[in-house]
Amino acid sequence: MGLELPVISRRDVLRQAALGAAAAPILAQQAVNAATEPERKHHWGMVIDTQRCVGCEACVIACKIENQTPPGVYYTIVTKEPLPGSLTDRPVFMTKPCFHCEEPPCVPVCPVNATYKRKSDGIVVVDYDRCIGCRYCVAACPYGARYFDFGDEYELSPAAGATVSPEYKQYRERVPGNSPVGNVRKCTFCLHLQDENGEYDREAGRWPACAKTCPGHAIHFGDLDDPESEVAILLRERNAVRLKEELGTEPSVYYLL
Amino acid sequence: MTLKRAFWVVGILGIFPFLWAIYVRLFTHPDASNLGSVVPWGLHVAQYIYFVGLSAGSFLLSSLVYVFGMKRFEPIGRLAVFTAIVTLLLALLTIGLDIGHLERFWHVFAYVNPTSPMAWMIWLYTLYLALLIVEFWFLMRRDLIVAAGMPGVRGMVSRVLSLGRRDISDDRIRRDMRIVRITATIGVPLAVLFHGGVGALFGVLASRPYWHSGMFPVIFLVSALASGGALLVVASAIFQEGWKAHRGMILDLGKIVLGLLVLDFLLQFSEILVGVYGSEPGFTQSFDLVVRGPYWWVFWILQMGIGFAVPLILLASPTRRDPRAVILACAAIVIGFIGVRLNIVLPGLSPEEIRGITEAVTDPRISSTYFPSTWEWVLSFGIGAVGLVIFGLGEIFLPLSHHLPRTTEQS
Repeated sequence: MGLELPVISRRDVLRQAALGAAAAPILAQQAVNAATEPERKHHWGMVIDTQRCVGCEACVIACKIENQTPPGVYYTIVTKEPLPGSLTDRPVFMTKPCFHCEEPPCVPVCPVNATYKRKSDGIVVVDYDRCIGCRYCVAACPYGARYFDFGDEYELSPAAGATVSPEYKQYRERVPGNSPVGNVRKCTFCLHLQDENGEYDREAGRWPACAKTCPGHAIHFGDLDDPESEVAILLRERNAVRLKEELGTEPSVYYLL
Repeated sequence: MTLKRAFWVVGILGIFPFLWAIYVRLFTHPDASNLGSVVPWGLHVAQYIYFVGLSAGSFLLSSLVYVFGMKRFEPIGRLAVFTAIVTLLLALLTIGLDIGHLERFWHVFAYVNPTSPMAWMIWLYTLYLALLIVEFWFLMRRDLIVAAGMPGVRGMVSRVLSLGRRDISDDRIRRDMRIVRITATIGVPLAVLFHGGVGALFGVLASRPYWHSGMFPVIFLVSALASGGALLVVASAIFQEGWKAHRGMILDLGKIVLGLLVLDFLLQFSEILVGVYGSEPGFTQSFDLVVRGPYWWVFWILQMGIGFAVPLILLASPTRRDPRAVILACAAIVIGFIGVRLNIVLPGLSPEEIRGITEAVTDPRISSTYFPSTWEWVLSFGIGAVGLVIFGLGEIFLPLSHHLPRTTEQS
């Protein structure tokens, strides 16, 4: 049996060179990303106890005041629907912030990379200066967690003038034509309350506004990756569900029934 | 020529509301639409995919002439390419006024996201538009040079557009036509990809069961071809030498349009059948809205009646041998497909993503119901009128029909 040496034609070499040239910038980008992006430190999430929720909507108000959201923009709402098949019309109250999915469907569709999931703590954010306002992410979110800022104003706005939101620690004045007007907005787990190291502090009040306010202690917030955190313990001890699991989005918000 | 006069009157009258709508958008309320965060896309997105479909459809039909060499359709070749350019520009105008920050459109090229179907769509149709303009220029080059010798505005326009070229030798024309064939050939996969991409833009969203189907990109292509072909018939009846001169070609196009219309129906039927039998609530809620929601008439009258039944009867019965009936059928398709586009966008978005979210707060922006605002209607009709005017101007100033005779050449 003769020994067959692999023959490398010039075409093969050229093809491989072309492939290499195409892949080089992608690999370089990945290397830069790996070097500059911080490691995953936290996995912020919520465990919401529907047994404890009384439907007072204090979370909705607290969120509006904390984030100074305009009419038509709600980072959390409380649905009040009876369970399907229930014989009474007794509603189940459910507060619904953004779920900060581990596989967020809103992120890959953005035509300009304006929305992304933060590597360090898994919070899904919007870069207001990059967003073009196409609202594709609003359509892509299966949970209705994204809201477009249409530029509507409160009829009885405070006399102090333009509202300023602390979101993203950017303190933008809300002026027609300027971001965040014309952008998609969403719940950020109040990340502007984190310190420089990305840590919240419950004792100091630097805690998501809805969880901090909830009079029934229905909204539990914390690091899902930390086995000692309140949320991790609740998930171990109680039966939790996530919404629309079948979509593979892996929400970071759980509900206790 | 009454058709042409009616055309101009509508076009010119429509410019004024268009200017008003632009003024409102830019200088008063930043967003006067009735959209919200449950139905974030509305009339203008439907209009956008309508125009984009007309563009891809009429371009792909022009490839019958310039790629596949079907000389029979040569008289509408240039008109088809021109239609593809104008309708794409109208689509861009519509969507540009719909997005929140038009001034950042360049972000799509600067902050590349290869996983976004929308980004792919934009990159591909930018390339497609550039290619169309090159093809169109080489198609007209010889006649622009000839017309440059004409007196008055037409001569002036032609002199500018001919970019100072003079060569009208047969050799040069053959070379022009070769460039046309090459650009048109590259354009075919590009048009298929970008318009399939528009369908994919909707189809990939698992959050919207009504759209989430592998059929979507294919349905978009077929309905683009049907509506684009129909628009070409209407345009060639109004413009150039009128319908009498293109009798045979209009009848032939009518047959093609009929085939595409039936194929489109088959695909939509298949899509609906599978969806209804699957009875996923997300799908059936949307389908319920289509057939018996507040806009039932958009489906039964506009889409099924005007857009399907009327043209089907006119194109399949013996009237198919009367060019006037074919033109009427095609006009009905062009109008009826507005309903097709509306019935893709709105019912797909309307159902609540999570039960109870529209009841959770009382806010007009958080609602499953949507009816376009006055501003949205005015802008929509205004953009239609702008299209008519551009078409009319093109007809006057550009050599859209046969080659101009050399006798008009400057001595």
